[in-house]
Amino acid sequence: MRKLHHFHGGVHPPSNKAQSTRTAIAHAPLPPKLVVPLHQHAGEAAKPMVQAGDHVLKGQLIGMPDGFVSSAVHAPTSGTITAIDMQLIAHPSGLPNLCATLIPDGKEEWIARKSVDYREHSSAELQHLLRMAGVVGLGGAGFPSDIKLRIGKQKITTLILNGAECEPYISCDDMLMRERAGEIVQGAEILRYMLDADEVLIGVEDNKPEAIAALQQAITANEPALQQNKRHEVVTIPTIYPGGGAKQLIRVITGLEVPSGKLPTDVGVQCFNVATACTVYRALAHGEPLLSRVITITGNVRKSQNYEALIGTPITELVALAGALPDTSGYIMGGPMMGFPLPALDVPMVKATNCIIVASEKLFPPPPPAMPCIRCTRCVEVCPADLQPQDLYWFAQSREFGRAQKFSLFDCIECGACSYVCPSHIPLVQYYRFAKSEIRAREHDKQLADQARVRHDFHEQRIEREKREKAEKLAAREKSAQTAKLAGIQSLTPKQQAAQAELEAGRAHIIELAKSEVEQVKE
Amino acid sequence: MLSALLVMAAIATVLGAVLGFAAIKFHSEGNPLADKIDAVLPQTQCGQCSYPGCKPYATAIAAGEADINRCPPGGEEGIQKLADLLGVEFKPFGSDTAAPKPKSVALIDESTCIGCTLCIQACPVDAIVGAAKQMHTVIAAECTGCELCVAPCPVDCISMPVIEEKIGNWKWKYPLYAFTVAEAAEATR
Repeated sequence: MRKLHHFHGGVHPPSNKAQSTRTAIAHAPLPPKLVVPLHQHAGEAAKPMVQAGDHVLKGQLIGMPDGFVSSAVHAPTSGTITAIDMQLIAHPSGLPNLCATLIPDGKEEWIARKSVDYREHSSAELQHLLRMAGVVGLGGAGFPSDIKLRIGKQKITTLILNGAECEPYISCDDMLMRERAGEIVQGAEILRYMLDADEVLIGVEDNKPEAIAALQQAITANEPALQQNKRHEVVTIPTIYPGGGAKQLIRVITGLEVPSGKLPTDVGVQCFNVATACTVYRALAHGEPLLSRVITITGNVRKSQNYEALIGTPITELVALAGALPDTSGYIMGGPMMGFPLPALDVPMVKATNCIIVASEKLFPPPPPAMPCIRCTRCVEVCPADLQPQDLYWFAQSREFGRAQKFSLFDCIECGACSYVCPSHIPLVQYYRFAKSEIRAREHDKQLADQARVRHDFHEQRIEREKREKAEKLAAREKSAQTAKLAGIQSLTPKQQAAQAELEAGRAHIIELAKSEVEQVKE
Repeated sequence: MLSALLVMAAIATVLGAVLGFAAIKFHSEGNPLADKIDAVLPQTQCGQCSYPGCKPYATAIAAGEADINRCPPGGEEGIQKLADLLGVEFKPFGSDTAAPKPKSVALIDESTCIGCTLCIQACPVDAIVGAAKQMHTVIAAECTGCELCVAPCPVDCISMPVIEEKIGNWKWKYPLYAFTVAEAAEATR
């Protein structure tokens, strides 16, 4: 039995997962319309590769990765692209973004799929394949997986698969581990191969015994396919929120602490979600890009259920399948701790959408008005990042961003444990998000200002240089004219020279007169 | 008496030598205070402070010739930063400076542009490209929104649209909530 460690703090919210794990993952029917956002991942948006009116096949590339941190976007089914325009997406801002609208033809015609034996390729080649297959982290942040596999000189000893799924209500990873443990284990082996890690540890919270059993069975069943002398192991971790945070999970399983401002790779660990491992396997072994994912529809519905749904399926369709009850008051994307209320219901699901909670006043009563902070430090007791949430709140509230940064605001993982326990019901995380985005905006402005300073300095220098060059040119021209004149004078007879001198004197006199005239006018 | 004088003289000589050495060794080019002030200014180079750019304004502040409340693009936050840096009191904008405006970027109506190059000459950060009798255009990413190109344009084809909020530059808002009077009353009770 592996010795487990603890991270600081944590809370135990009611899990509410049982509702949606009673039945197997169902396939959501093909919706009449799919809306595929071209920016579903962290980093730069994908560049559209199709036009309105184009016919596309299932798995065809419709968004080309553009920039270092970016990922591809594909047509989730065959059909016709009817528009590429700005549409409302699932984003807390409620602002529109570029989307491709696809009307399915119902034929599900695939592009040519090519399976790849990962052992015959280098990590760099596989990274490119994953980037073009649009594989991003499915745990919620949607970070392109190929970037996380691009390791420098660091030695990765441990690959951790994150199957903790600590947030209440969400059960998509649990169901995936129960039903597709084999694919997860094979995907984990591919990731391990790419990172050249020594061991694979799959961390699962102890409230998912079926998933743990399924994974253990899958590891035994896949023994021949797994690299010898590289250990694959399922680690049962205690159920505590946020045990599924990457840094927290690493701490619990390995005892290592990722220092502030550093990445897990700096301590020789890399972390992937179990669903991501499954997608990596499908992308390489079957040549299938990321077109669908498992999503939990739960909360105030007739039947909570996990669905395998195509990326771009309007959330209305999924909620209709589960049957929202009449007293529904809103919809939350993600879990109750870290999710955000959807701006509208007709937005499409994206790669990072793991759960939709149908909310009602009964399930999520509106929070009572926030009271002043009484400095009880209950938030400090539960903070999994070892921060001082009450101080951060204080700084964010008074817009002292510099001090907030000094108190490691950016180590906050926005897990919401502090808000959960706050007896004054202060929406602490909202303050941290506000402070973080203000700081980011200021840093961006600072960068632009520095750029403008450099350009302005260059501009000034250029003007100076041009002036100088002009003056030099003029001087050179005058000088050459003078020498020419001198040469001309010498070739004249004495009489001609005298006439010339007289002429010059007259000219000088006229110039003198004109000058004094000008000066008089000036005065 | 004599020994005391000697000791004092020796100390003075040694300290003088140290100071003299330090003055040569740690001599810094330019005006460090002006550079620090310049780093805080927004680098719009708009001249709204009545100085020909951010650097001259910074130099004037450092020399004590200019007030800290003359930079509208920096906003009140900019004044606060300058006040903190210089250890002086915050000072609200005077009546002779323009009011701060939301950030904007120059946009040339390319169908109207006659290619006179006047705006190119006016731009303090070389953010306009074009040539004589050729259409000009603004490199939006480099534009500081100083509006110096607007006045010289003989055909008034330059506008200054405010930068729109998009997903890329969207910010989380300060948490505000709606209170009903009854709730507030209950909360205070």
